[in-house]
Amino acid sequence: MSEESNTVPTMAEMAAKNESPEILFWVGCAGSFDDRYKKVTIAFVKILNAVGIKFAVLGPEESCTGDPARRAGNEFLFQMQAMSNITVLNGYNIKKIVTACPHCFNTIKNEYPELGGNYEMVHHSTFLQQLIDEGRIKMKEGGAFKGKKITYHDSCYLGRANGVYEAPRKVLESLDADLVEMKRNRSTGLCCGGGGAQMWKEPEKGNKDINVERTEEALQTGATTVAVACPFCLTMMSDGVKNKEKENEVVVKDLAELIAESQGL
Amino acid sequence: MAVVQQILFLITLIVAIFFIWKRIVRIKSNIQLGRQTPINGNKAARWRNVLLIAFGQKKMFKRIIPAFLHFWIYAGFIIINLEVLEFILDGVLGTHRLFAPLLGSFYPLLMNFFEFLAVAVLISCIVFLIRRNVLRVKRFWSAEMTSWPRLDGNLILVIEITLMLAILTMNASDQLLQLRNDHYAQTGRLFFSSFLMPLFDGLNTSTLIVLERSTWWFHIVGILGFALYVTYSKHLHIFLAFPNTYFSKLGPKGHIDNMPVVTNEVKSMLGLGATETPLGEPGRFGAKDINDLSRVNLMAAYACTECGRCTSECPANITGKKLSPRKVMMDTRDRMEEVGKSIASGGPGLQDGKSLLGDYITKEEINACTTCNACVEACPVLINPLDIILELRRYVAMEESGSPAQWNSMFQNIETNFAPWKFSASDRFNWANELKSKS
Repeated sequence: MSEESNTVPTMAEMAAKNESPEILFWVGCAGSFDDRYKKVTIAFVKILNAVGIKFAVLGPEESCTGDPARRAGNEFLFQMQAMSNITVLNGYNIKKIVTACPHCFNTIKNEYPELGGNYEMVHHSTFLQQLIDEGRIKMKEGGAFKGKKITYHDSCYLGRANGVYEAPRKVLESLDADLVEMKRNRSTGLCCGGGGAQMWKEPEKGNKDINVERTEEALQTGATTVAVACPFCLTMMSDGVKNKEKENEVVVKDLAELIAESQGL
Repeated sequence: MAVVQQILFLITLIVAIFFIWKRIVRIKSNIQLGRQTPINGNKAARWRNVLLIAFGQKKMFKRIIPAFLHFWIYAGFIIINLEVLEFILDGVLGTHRLFAPLLGSFYPLLMNFFEFLAVAVLISCIVFLIRRNVLRVKRFWSAEMTSWPRLDGNLILVIEITLMLAILTMNASDQLLQLRNDHYAQTGRLFFSSFLMPLFDGLNTSTLIVLERSTWWFHIVGILGFALYVTYSKHLHIFLAFPNTYFSKLGPKGHIDNMPVVTNEVKSMLGLGATETPLGEPGRFGAKDINDLSRVNLMAAYACTECGRCTSECPANITGKKLSPRKVMMDTRDRMEEVGKSIASGGPGLQDGKSLLGDYITKEEINACTTCNACVEACPVLINPLDIILELRRYVAMEESGSPAQWNSMFQNIETNFAPWKFSASDRFNWANELKSKS
């Protein structure tokens, strides 16, 4: 299947052909620019292509949702971003958006409606789970992950912020892997340290970095894969694993990458 | 003698009510220093929170040991207070066990139940004292738990223990008097206090009467005094936890409140047409002091009982940063009390040259927050410290342009490149090149 071509249609192209997509894939800034996280974007696009979902991206018309600006206190900048994004999205008459970033997901889902942007918002964990449930992604018996220990790190903006705890876990269970939980999980899951615009500044003085604390907890489970569902968690947990010098034994991967791998994409 | 007691009791009651009332008025006006914000939405969902979270203690049970012990004190507080009604009526009317003849055989049953609760409260309070002072549970010893908050916690427990001992002693002496003089209302044997009877059996009748009367007085004066003390103490949660759950935010925790004033300005800047009706004075962006916070935020500060579950779940605090969500609530309350006291004594009030941000809560603290909502999730009475932190950040960013330098760079990147990182907007779609080149 990997030999097949993957297409990434933009909304502009679709609109020119007078077509509309089933879903808009909101890539996000990390998905567009972060070298490591671009692999997640590509993995997800490959899945969409393989399943045959009619999707589109905004491409160069996409721009930051404003999440870090709002959380750092700059409401003006947030609303400028939000309103110009809403203008673009409404201009294309977008109905349903899927994104891999919980921060984009939360902002568009919960904070855009007040500013005139109303869309059906789905996080890729839920979307993947639905595809698996519907049999559109067929999981192989005894795949490459069979018996492998995977632990899932809850993203705050997916979990506590929006109550999505089970979808990512169901996706991982479908890999036939041995899903192990950290001591703090679900509603008491410990943040990776990257939310609330912390991603863009050095942490305040303390006795430990938050991502190291969380990574230690992940390593205690004995898992060889730390699964994440957020670009910031991916960076923070990867850095944590490097800090603990475990990068040869433990990998940090997004759900989309794990599913794509299991499908040989 | 009986009349003198009645008059004394009435005076005590009136004095207590007067001082408690004064405190209620002060607390109310302190809370009203805050902004009035619309309380939108679903009344049914709000009442559901009051029932499940406040009355039902649902979130307390996330930590089972303290929840179990707390439950007895809570049940004791609500149910034993029915007996206080009898105390007050007896005091005013000069009667003794007014309800005994009215309730007949049900009365001893009720008294036994109250005694059971009194013993449960007693034991729970002792275990709580041990947890605080012997086991030194970490959350009771963190930085913001200075001498007063620690003393406050211990005082409450000691007062409750003393009050329960007074009830049991009173019942024991009363049962002895019932045996010696048949004009005492018969309660029959009360299971728990009867164990204390041998202690006082050797006393002569007049000493017993004094003991019974003084424990009665001790208990009721103690309760009235405690009610007043509560208004100065973290223990105020026994009342304000209920409205706090009602007014707490509904909907997903990830949602941050919109600022309509900003929406208006941004709309006109983008040429999208501002809303027709002007929104009045914009005031300050974000919060520098308590009057910039909402009344819900301020009431929450009075509803906080400093249990520290929030702080013990905070990733910043766990890793040694200065931020503590509990301290945010304690500081908000302390600042309110300071301003309220100043206003009441004709002082400068809010214009005393101090403010919540800076003099109480520092930028270092609010900057450390990851907005992960762990504190919000942890609070057994639905207090939202994150709300206050975000309002303070808004003030720093929009009124002072005083955010950390790296955040200012991030803002600049978003303004110029439409991404928080310094990448050119024209490169945004380059990620797809890899896929396109294969096709």
